[in-house]
Amino acid sequence: MSTQSFTNVQSGQMPPALARADVDGPLVSIRDLRVYFDLGGGGAFDKLFGGQTAKRVVKAVDGVTLDIMPGETLGLVGESGCGKSTLGRALLRLTEPTGGQVIFRGRDLAHLTQRELRGARRHLQMIFQDPYASLNPRMTVGQIIGEPLETFKLVGSRAERDARVRELMTTVGLSPRFIKRYPHEFSGGQRQRIGIARALAVNPDFIVADEPISALDVSIQAQIMNLLEQLQRERGLTYLFISHDLRAIRHVSDRVAVMYLGKVVELADARTIYDEPLMPYTKALISAVPVPDPKIEATRRRVVLEGDVPSPINPPRGCRFHTRCPFAIEQCKEVVPPLAEIKPNHFAACIRISPEEPHIEQVAPGDAPGLRQTGRRLAQ
Amino acid sequence: MNRLAIFGLVVVVLLVVVALFAPLIATHDVGATDLTHRFLPPSAEHLFGTDATGRDIFSRVVFGARISLRVGLVVVVVSSIVGIIIGALAGYYGGWIDRLISGYLFNVFLAFPGLLLAIAMVAFLGAGLNKLIFALCVIGWVGYARVMRGQVLKVREYDFVQAARALGANDLRILFRHILPNAIQPLIVQASLGMAGAVLSEATLSFLGLGVPPPAPSWGVMLEEGRDLSTLSAAPHALIIPGIAIALTVLAFNFIGDGLREYLDPRQRAR
Repeated sequence: MSTQSFTNVQSGQMPPALARADVDGPLVSIRDLRVYFDLGGGGAFDKLFGGQTAKRVVKAVDGVTLDIMPGETLGLVGESGCGKSTLGRALLRLTEPTGGQVIFRGRDLAHLTQRELRGARRHLQMIFQDPYASLNPRMTVGQIIGEPLETFKLVGSRAERDARVRELMTTVGLSPRFIKRYPHEFSGGQRQRIGIARALAVNPDFIVADEPISALDVSIQAQIMNLLEQLQRERGLTYLFISHDLRAIRHVSDRVAVMYLGKVVELADARTIYDEPLMPYTKALISAVPVPDPKIEATRRRVVLEGDVPSPINPPRGCRFHTRCPFAIEQCKEVVPPLAEIKPNHFAACIRISPEEPHIEQVAPGDAPGLRQTGRRLAQ
Repeated sequence: MNRLAIFGLVVVVLLVVVALFAPLIATHDVGATDLTHRFLPPSAEHLFGTDATGRDIFSRVVFGARISLRVGLVVVVVSSIVGIIIGALAGYYGGWIDRLISGYLFNVFLAFPGLLLAIAMVAFLGAGLNKLIFALCVIGWVGYARVMRGQVLKVREYDFVQAARALGANDLRILFRHILPNAIQPLIVQASLGMAGAVLSEATLSFLGLGVPPPAPSWGVMLEEGRDLSTLSAAPHALIIPGIAIALTVLAFNFIGDGLREYLDPRQRAR
C-alpha cells in the first residue's frame, strides 16, 4: 500500500496505476488526458471589432487518468456534454488531445505521427452511436465491412475480401446474402451489427463503444449488448463502453467510471458503484434509475439535483460539482479534489470524504476529512 | 418531377440532337451569302427567312446550338472540376489553407462583377472561342468551390467519415470514397444552372463583339447583326429568332436546375 499524498501530483511523478490485483498491466493507460476546444475570443481583432474579449475554451476532457485492463469492460457514464464521447474519440485520436498521454502497449498514441497512428489503429476500433450516420449511404455492406481489410491490406483479392466479409457478417448475426445491399435497406439493429462487423474486421484488441445502443429500440438493445458480450468472450476484447444509460452500463461493465464536466469523479466495480456509491453526484445518478418493481419504486428515496450542468466553457473553480452538490462547503469552491482511493479499488474525487470517513452523510458539518493528509492512493 | 423540368429536359435533348447532327439538319451553307435574297420572310425554302446578307437563319441557328452547347459544356466541366478540387481542399483541411482559399481567394473573385472581369480578360487576350471559354471558367469556378467547401465542411463531420479515419483510410480515400459521393448533389444543381449562365454569357460577350468573331453563327453574333435599323425594319425575325433560341436554352437549363434542386431536397418536394 503506498502512502502518497497530494504533493505527488504537483511533483509530476507518474501516478500509480489503478490496477486490480488479479491482472498484469493495463491494456490502455490514460494519463492526465486533456481535450480543449478553443472557441476563439480574446485576440487583438476581437477587441477591435467588439467580439468576445475573453478567450473562451471548452474543457471537454480535463485531466482524466484511467487504466483499462485487458479483457474488461470499463463503463463510462455521465450526463450529456460531460465529455465522455470526447474522451473516447481522443483515445483513438479522432479528436486531437490537447495534452496528456494514451499509452497502448508501451506506445503513447497521443504523440504518434499520422503515419504511425494509422498502423496503431488496427488494434483500436470504435463503434458509433448512430447506426444511420456511421455507415456511408453510398457503399454496399461488402464495401463498408471490407474497407478496413483494404486499407490495412489484409486481403489480397476481391474474392478474398468478400469471403472475409461474409465470415464477419455471420459472426455478427447477419445473413451473408445481404453483402451487396446498401445501409438504408437495413433496420437500426442490423445497421449496428454492420458497424460492429466493420470494427471487428481488423481483429482489434480494444474497442471504444460510443453509446452503441442508445439509438436502438429497447428490444434491440439487449441483442446488441449480448452480441458485444459474446464477441468479448470469444475474442478476448477489451471495451470502453460509453453510455448515459445506467442500466445498460451496469449490465455490461466490470468497472464503471463516472464523469462530470470533463473529469472522472468516481471509479469502482460495477456492483459497488451501484450498491454503495460514495460521491453525491453518483448517488443522484443512480437514484435516477427507475426500479421495475412499483412497490420499491414508490417508497425509495431519490436524490434530486438542483439546476443544470454548468457550461464547460470556463467551468466552476474548485470541485466542478460544488454548484449543485447538497454537501458542498466553502473549501469545495477552492480545492480541486483529486481522484483518491477511499475504499479498496473504489476511487472518488471529493474532499469531504476519506478512507476513515467514507460516508459523506456521516461527516461532521463543514468538515473536510479528505483535506487531511491521511495515507491514501491517488489516481491523479 | 415537375412539368417545367420535363419541358426543360425535352428542350435540352432536342438541342443536343440538333447540335450533334447540325450538318444534316441545316438546309443551307451557314456562311453562304446571297445578296439577291436579303431579308426574306420565313418560307418553305428558308424556314426562318434570311438576314441582311441573305444567309439562311435556320441553318445559322442550328449551327449556333453547337457553339452555345460547347461553351456551356466546357465551361461547366472545367470550372466545376477546378471548383470541386479547390473547395474540397479548403473544406477538408481547414486551418490556414481554408483561410487562404475561402477568406482571400473567394472574396477577391466574388468582389469582381463576373461579366466585367470576363470582358476585361477577353479585351486583354483578344476575341475567340477558346479565350472566351477560358475567361468564363476563370469567373465560374468560384461558385462551385464555395458550394463544395460548404458541403465538405458538413459531410466531413459525419460519423462514417470519422469511422473511415479510425479504419485507417488515408485522406485521398476519405475524400473520394466517403466525402465526394455524399457532397456532390448540390453541385449537380449548380452545374445545370451554370450551363444556363455560360450560354447567356457567351451570347452576351458575342453580342458585344468580345466573344466569337462575326462570321461564326453564334446566337449572340446573330443578335448583334440583327439589331441595326435597316434589318430591324425589313426583317425583325433576324433578331427575334436567335433571341428566342437563347431564351429557350437558358430557360430550359434553369428549369432543369430548379427541378433537380426540388427533387434532391425533400423539404421542397412536399409543396
